[in-house]
Amino acid sequence: MNSADSKLQDNDALHPVLRMHDIRKTFGAIRALKGVTISAWAGEVHALMGENGAGKSTLMKILSGAYTPDTGGEVLIDGKAMPLGRPEVSKAQGIAVIYQELSLAPNLTVAENVFLGSEPSTRGVIDRRRMREATAPILKQLGVTFGPGTLVAGLSLGERQLVEIARALSTSARIIVMDEPTTSLSERETERLFEVIARMKAEGIAIIYISHRMEEIYRLADRCSVLRDGAYIGTLSRDELSAEKLVAMMVGRDLSSFYKKEHNPMQTSRDVVLRVEGMSDGRLVKGCSFEVHRGEVLGISGLIGSGRTELARLIYGADAATAGTVWLDDREVTPRSPRAALSAGIVYLTEDRAALGLFLDMTIADNINMCVLESDAKVAGIRDFRRAAARAAKALKSLAIKAPHARINAGGLSGGNQQKVLLARLLELNPRVIILDEPTRGVDVGAKSEIYRLIDELAGNGMAVIMISSELPEIIGVADRVLVMREGSFAGEVRGAPGRPLNQEDIMKFSVGTLAQTAPDHQAVVAPTAI
Amino acid sequence: MTDTTAQDRSQNAERARTLIRALGMLPVLILLAVGFELLTDRFMTVNNLSIVTQQASINVVLAAGMTFVILTGGIDLSVGSILATAAMGAVIASLWPGLGWLGVPIGMGLGLFFGLVNGMLVAYVGLPPFIVTLGSLTAVRGVARLMGADTTVFNPDLPFDVIGIGSVAGIPILAIIAFAVILVSWFILRRTVLGTWIYATGGNTNAARLTGIKVSLVLLFVYAMAGLMAGLGGVMSAARLYAANGLQLGQAYELDAIAAVILGGTSFVGGVGSIWGTLIGALIIAVLSNGLILTGVSDIWQFIIKGLVIIVAVALDRFRLQGGART
Repeated sequence: MNSADSKLQDNDALHPVLRMHDIRKTFGAIRALKGVTISAWAGEVHALMGENGAGKSTLMKILSGAYTPDTGGEVLIDGKAMPLGRPEVSKAQGIAVIYQELSLAPNLTVAENVFLGSEPSTRGVIDRRRMREATAPILKQLGVTFGPGTLVAGLSLGERQLVEIARALSTSARIIVMDEPTTSLSERETERLFEVIARMKAEGIAIIYISHRMEEIYRLADRCSVLRDGAYIGTLSRDELSAEKLVAMMVGRDLSSFYKKEHNPMQTSRDVVLRVEGMSDGRLVKGCSFEVHRGEVLGISGLIGSGRTELARLIYGADAATAGTVWLDDREVTPRSPRAALSAGIVYLTEDRAALGLFLDMTIADNINMCVLESDAKVAGIRDFRRAAARAAKALKSLAIKAPHARINAGGLSGGNQQKVLLARLLELNPRVIILDEPTRGVDVGAKSEIYRLIDELAGNGMAVIMISSELPEIIGVADRVLVMREGSFAGEVRGAPGRPLNQEDIMKFSVGTLAQTAPDHQAVVAPTAI
Repeated sequence: MTDTTAQDRSQNAERARTLIRALGMLPVLILLAVGFELLTDRFMTVNNLSIVTQQASINVVLAAGMTFVILTGGIDLSVGSILATAAMGAVIASLWPGLGWLGVPIGMGLGLFFGLVNGMLVAYVGLPPFIVTLGSLTAVRGVARLMGADTTVFNPDLPFDVIGIGSVAGIPILAIIAFAVILVSWFILRRTVLGTWIYATGGNTNAARLTGIKVSLVLLFVYAMAGLMAGLGGVMSAARLYAANGLQLGQAYELDAIAAVILGGTSFVGGVGSIWGTLIGALIIAVLSNGLILTGVSDIWQFIIKGLVIIVAVALDRFRLQGGART
């Protein structure tokens, strides 16, 4: 810590290690960046926030040399202008970017990946020993448990991220950009990453940290800059940081009603819509039973790996259950396939929309209509395009999907709009029960609040909503009641009551097991003390 | 004001891109045709063009079936062998006195049967398409040889030879069949629920399953379709030759069919492509073969040039689309 402070001061008198000045970039008619200026000091974590499409990625691609900005702006490294648009120059200047999609070769070892593209060699023959010997100290510095000879394929996502960082360190990077590094990491891996970031800080590396998660910003950032629509909005120092300020800067309006809860499940009838009994898959889900009422938003919380997604997939019929039944309005429906679930009126929004949800090369209209093609087809499976277009146009409007028309491919949309397209697809079915698995993952703040409003509206209309979420503020803000999963079964239930809102700490305690409530055969659907 | 013009411009740009994408390899086809005309002076005659379409027709039919399979991200290596078996069946059946026309349904039925077997193994047993059809490439070839006791079967009085030699208003019936196959394929792919499911399955199989699409049915259909088209190709081939040989017929036809599909811009991982592209791809291959013969290039060099043109054409296509399409 000391060394970092002194370094910060040393440099203070001179220049920031990085200064991007008046950067502009236009793509055709679109002005992606409208004169952005930001700087980073050695040993600083500078967070960069903004909605999807605000220009963060474009800015970072200019830094890495992948894009050439419009003339006028400049990038200064230690006060000296750097030639732009040349990746090799950026690399030589000590700039390393760790992208969201990891770029490792899974069938190679850690050391081979660290040196990918710059393998040490003697007359064309790779010097594996030198590679291993150079990698080992870096891995040690990162405090990892795997060695240079480990195959990347055997590593978890979090460990792979660390290999990427090792690669950056091996090129003695002084400026490291991380683009939403924790999106696919578990709690523990995130913790490990934060330790590594702290260590890199202490060594005087400047870190530009892009994230949508407030908690991470609070925890890590020394300063936080906000971009909106390609323009620089402002920078807050650590002691100025607050969620309200940041959100207001990002969306340009006050979001006092960010989480909206207007539906009132206490007022609507207490009819049970969905009942799940003893759901098990013999591995990750162990005898889960619960009920969801009409017009209720049931939150399912728990750590990553606690079996939440697996449970949802069992209810939806996507995976085979070894035991358990699903009841809809007191009728057994236990789906054996997603198809059966859909026709029963149970729909599921996947947590991984690119891999498991969207057809990126197909139009928005086709994506929205995918579940109703058959019922819309009148004669012999011939498609009704007029109806499909009408459905799509209506969905674009009602869900405020930002697209010029529904004939463009879904792959061209931002994360938030893609998520809305998926939601539109499910809503075309008029389901009784909707299971939302991390509905706001990788979605910008504006779209987030719209999705919350939509969930509220669906519940208000009497739909039974199940929302799985890792973000505690979100689940508390949106759900009426929260079931907490731990190691495949429900560890407890958290309810709110008049004057006593849902409590983040109770959920956390159930999640990690300090507040266990598991009765042997009666799997803990007991409220702690709330009611 | 500026906003609307910007939007107009982006819409125009998008329309231009769509047009380029739809045109695909058409410029290459035209260039080749013009080039061969300049080189030989004999290419653009009615007579020669009729020959080209006849030569292209069987590959068009096979490639149409192949398009369905490749759109789902699969591959069918067995169509050449299936074609040989179907042709054997058709010629053998044509020798039955009074029932010779049965050769047509029997040839197509054999194709459909082997296609269904491929499809079952891929869709319900879950084996990789490359391996399944690599196996049937060999096994079905064996069946074809078995059927004629490893000899060539002839029928100089083939009752359905009109398919191979007839023409309507100067257009060869072979070419008419091929074009009809393209139209039917287009209708299935672009106008039916099944067609949308095919694109969806190829684009993202996991998502297709979770969306309630009957993925197994889709897979069974595309291999059955490829088999049926190979059967039709076998009948067409028999009708042209009045004969079939289980050993030689249809050798490496699957490669020409795959080349036509790829030249047509269909993504090799599935989900993107069009049947019109396939038609143009098959025509490019036919024009190339015919033109090279007309220019008097030796057989050996024809192989080398054909292969290189395929690679260069696809490379140009990728370059033009700048990563817009994936292989």
